[in-house]
Amino acid sequence: MPPGGFSRTRNVDYDDDDAYDDEDDYSEEGEGGDGMTEHDKEQMRVGTTRVRQGLGELSEFTSDAQIQEALWHYYYDVDKSVVYLKNKLGTTEPKQEAPKKEKATSRFDQAASVADQKAPTTTGKQTHPQSSWLEESAYRVAYLSPPPISMPTNEAIGDFFWDVPWGNVPLHRLGVITLDTPRYRGGLLGGSSKLAALAAKRRKDREEAEAAATKANSEANAAVAMLDKLTVKSKEPTSNLRGGDTERPSRARYPGRRRSRSRSPPPEAIDEAILKPAVQQPAIVCELPAQRAKASMFASTLCGGSSTAARRPFPTLEVFPAPYTIYKEYDSAKAFASPSPDDIKKRVQGEKLAQSVEKLAVADEPKVKSKNLNVVQEFEKSGLKRMANFVVVGHVDHGKSTLMGRLLYDLKVIDQRSIDKLRKEAENIGKSSFALAWVMDETSEERSRGVTVDIATNYFETDKTRFTILDAPGHKDFIPNMISGASQADFPVLVIDASTNSFESGLKGQTKEHILIARSMGMQHIIVAVNKMDTVSWSKARFDDITKRMTAFLTEASFLEKRITFIPLAGLTGENVVKKIESSAAHWYTGETLLEALERVELPKRNLQKALRLSVADVFRGDMRSPLSISGRIDSGTVQVGDTILALPANETATIKAIEVQDAPVDWAVAGQIPTLHLTDIDPIHLRQGDMVCAPNAPVKLVKAFTSKLLAFEHVLPMPVEVFRSTLNSPGGIRTLSARLNKFTGEIVKKKPRIVKPGEVARVVVQLERELPIEEGMRVVLRERGRTVGAGLMENVA
Amino acid sequence: MRLLKSQIEQKTGAGWATLLPEEPEDMWHAYNLIQENDRIRAKAVRRVSKTSDAGSTSSQRITLDLTIAVTSTDFDIGSGQLHVSGRVAVENEHVKLGQHHTLDLELNRKFTLEKADGWDSVALEMLKEACDNDKRAELWAVVLGEGTANICMITEHQTILRQRIEMSVPRKRKGGVDGHSKGMDRFFSTTLSTLLRQIDLPNTSTTQQGKMLPLLLASPGFVASAFLAFIRAEATRTTNKPLLALIPSIIIAHSSSAHIHSLNEILSSPAITTKLSDTKYARETALMDKFLTLMRQDDGRAWYGPREVERAVDKGAVGRGGGVLLINNALFRAQNIAERRRWVKLVDRVREAEGGEVRVLSSLHESGKRLEGLGSIAAILTYPLEDLDEEQEGDDVHGGEGENGEMII
Repeated sequence: MPPGGFSRTRNVDYDDDDAYDDEDDYSEEGEGGDGMTEHDKEQMRVGTTRVRQGLGELSEFTSDAQIQEALWHYYYDVDKSVVYLKNKLGTTEPKQEAPKKEKATSRFDQAASVADQKAPTTTGKQTHPQSSWLEESAYRVAYLSPPPISMPTNEAIGDFFWDVPWGNVPLHRLGVITLDTPRYRGGLLGGSSKLAALAAKRRKDREEAEAAATKANSEANAAVAMLDKLTVKSKEPTSNLRGGDTERPSRARYPGRRRSRSRSPPPEAIDEAILKPAVQQPAIVCELPAQRAKASMFASTLCGGSSTAARRPFPTLEVFPAPYTIYKEYDSAKAFASPSPDDIKKRVQGEKLAQSVEKLAVADEPKVKSKNLNVVQEFEKSGLKRMANFVVVGHVDHGKSTLMGRLLYDLKVIDQRSIDKLRKEAENIGKSSFALAWVMDETSEERSRGVTVDIATNYFETDKTRFTILDAPGHKDFIPNMISGASQADFPVLVIDASTNSFESGLKGQTKEHILIARSMGMQHIIVAVNKMDTVSWSKARFDDITKRMTAFLTEASFLEKRITFIPLAGLTGENVVKKIESSAAHWYTGETLLEALERVELPKRNLQKALRLSVADVFRGDMRSPLSISGRIDSGTVQVGDTILALPANETATIKAIEVQDAPVDWAVAGQIPTLHLTDIDPIHLRQGDMVCAPNAPVKLVKAFTSKLLAFEHVLPMPVEVFRSTLNSPGGIRTLSARLNKFTGEIVKKKPRIVKPGEVARVVVQLERELPIEEGMRVVLRERGRTVGAGLMENVA
Repeated sequence: MRLLKSQIEQKTGAGWATLLPEEPEDMWHAYNLIQENDRIRAKAVRRVSKTSDAGSTSSQRITLDLTIAVTSTDFDIGSGQLHVSGRVAVENEHVKLGQHHTLDLELNRKFTLEKADGWDSVALEMLKEACDNDKRAELWAVVLGEGTANICMITEHQTILRQRIEMSVPRKRKGGVDGHSKGMDRFFSTTLSTLLRQIDLPNTSTTQQGKMLPLLLASPGFVASAFLAFIRAEATRTTNKPLLALIPSIIIAHSSSAHIHSLNEILSSPAITTKLSDTKYARETALMDKFLTLMRQDDGRAWYGPREVERAVDKGAVGRGGGVLLINNALFRAQNIAERRRWVKLVDRVREAEGGEVRVLSSLHESGKRLEGLGSIAAILTYPLEDLDEEQEGDDVHGGEGENGEMII
């Protein structure tokens, strides 16, 4: 895996851990540096003897100082110190090699090492330490204003501070021992980042490869390489012993590397260098713990909050001596002779990285590829079932939602378990009869009030047809929602409550209004479900009465009698919905069930060839993958994945990322379907319910005013109205009444009428509050004060 | 508005009045009063440049009293600012006659108005109304629906739409209503914060002195009551004392739509009129409703449109015993003097000669806007008159009754 975002975060985590570890180490070691108590000294003495015993014959190669150092680090743990020292002396047991090999390399490591191996091997291992070393020196030199003060060794610290009171260290001395956190990280027990370990490992790999290929360029190189290996090996067990910290086996390589560079010792000296890390290192590393201790708990306990360290938690870097300037190698070192490690890294990884990043970018960008299908052909080829969308309308509380719940339940779209759950919930609030309606009414508002508020969409399928149910609210306040639902449907199912008074009140109320709206949307067929027949004990007389009166009303609303179907049924109990009624009381009815009637309805022709027109019914956030989705019925035309669409009135384009029809992903959708389009390349603020989505090459014009033929349901005067066009709902007004027309011929009967009475047809000018996409032939519904005053057909732009 | 001084001759109407606007609404009155060609004198700041003898110019701003002859007025409803531009009518040492200047009328800065052709009855009526201080009914109204809210301020003479909020609230979807309820919550909190910013609730310390305006929430369905519940919960949660104090004065009303023009029906509904004091708005609205009812009955007792109404007045139908002339005050703001005179004459005639009632509707109220749609003038007649619009309809086409078939629509 190339260093993508994920691995980067991971590394940061590791670094954090390490920083924490480092601090622990500091405090541990720091205490040591402060000077030893009598007890410590005694322990040290005893420990040294024991270690010598443990080391046996090797003990003669080991100095006291080394042993003491080891003991100090291991808290006088003799065994550990012995092992450590043995390792140091190069007598590592073979088994200690094992863990390193076993160490599972992460994917990052693998990738990194691969990248390394492939990378040009011009950079010897030597250049790395050198340049990093010198970079640091350069840095320090830059800040070097006071003359360098000779560096005290570990043992000398006490002397150095002999005249200094606790917690009141003079500023210049503080400066001398300013800490440099990053530099310490390679300390004996100090943590090193995973990244550093990886880098080291990589370097080692590369260097090994190089060594194998060129068999060592120079003696010096070989020596250093040997040293390097040696160091790594010797560190290995240390970390193992420290508690199975196998994650960072080679982190201790930095000190070793530094030493080797700073001294560039001959091979004999290397051993020396390794064997006496504590003696030679302190100038650079070990003085730091001492400083750290000043700021640590010990100092603060002694001096309280007013200690210098506490007041200045971060010593300024201004007085910063370069400790190694005292070494003569410093002068001879060619600081910028070779590229900096950053440069090398960049060169090694640069192209590789750039390439992989490019690849990544390509993978990340959800460039939507259009399949360039001929959707009309595809549609004809696919042999899809008939698709029908119907809207369930009727007066409030006539049982629309319950009837649909029953239909879905009987068709096993809703399983028994869900129904039982709903039934239980409904019983809990004492509305058990609402259980079936709750299949459609899902919001808490709807359930607590027992009224449908917004359109509910659901799907079911028979052998021949795939149906979409649009369950409309019956309450007069929610007619705007009903209109948006009706605009997406092919035909209405009118639900009528057969019980006494209910039918009559409905006829005055929304039964009538819904029929008018459905008719003005251009629907030709209607199924009238005479519901709650069980409450009138399936009385034929009642059914006939309702049939007669409704037929009269529907034909008046210009539905053709042959396109009206009446079905007596009971939604709550389910007779004649899917199953035929078996009750003897209803023997007089031999007609079809609701389901059969639904399957029989003729559907209007779909305008597949025309330009795309889709009226947005809903804008919502789908999920993580599709942050912006719209749904709505395609009135004409087709869409497919990858298409660019134009959203009006915002006049913004978007790309279709995916299409869903009836909750199933598809490649295309055609007129008559109600797809969900997942969009990209558009800001959500450009999309609203009621917007028009169309093809960019055939946009709908935005109009501010238009003339319309209007069929009045109420008295119409020039007045403010709400204009509904499909799902769009906008304030506007009737500006002028141009003429009254003959209902059937369309001739002008009277110019400039004063008022248009119900049932009359007139030509009016409708003014909109702002420019909206409306084109010729679109149907509009005008409402005022909660009443539908008329239905119009857009004629032209005024 | 305070009338500081006035000298208006009863007979000719010649004279001037010095006025001191005190409230933003007074600017609206001033806007209605100031006509083209009127002379207005007010304090102005003007940059005056001087050329010295040596030829160098220096300019400085000086405050001076300027008298201008008005050429145009510009009124910003939202901020209640009135700019009057015109030409300097009285010369002084800094400004020459005929130079252009735009006066910014400000609150608590007096101005003197002199009518070009005298103060007519309508202007005097306006002046009286503007200076009438005791009836000041004001309320806040929020007309909301799912995803839209209109926050407006209703005053005696104006309905000011302060803020319109439009958010897209996801609708309920199969299987998940989370989006919907979250969207509604977001919408409510936006609306509430906007409302609070507009209302500018008095601090707890000053609650006593600051008057609490009633707040009207109106919506179709349950949105208004859901919003009230949200306000209540939010006030309790944040222990917002001013907001808690506001809650008792919130009135919930039903409207048929979330659009601002449904304010009409809200304010004319008896449930609300009983709760609100008798506002001009409510009276205007009731009157418009009466007119529209008569219009629907179509018995020739209600007419609208300039020509029809003038004819009806000519026939003496708008007189004693129920004749009402409804006129939009926009007509009196006509730039054309003759046009204004025409309407003033009509008003005077109805009021004095015929004895009918004249109602001047504010064009900034919804009822006034309705009237504007009807040609800004309408009348309720004392007796039915038919065919007032006959003359112009010389070429009536009477299409024969069509055979039974599909309707054209």
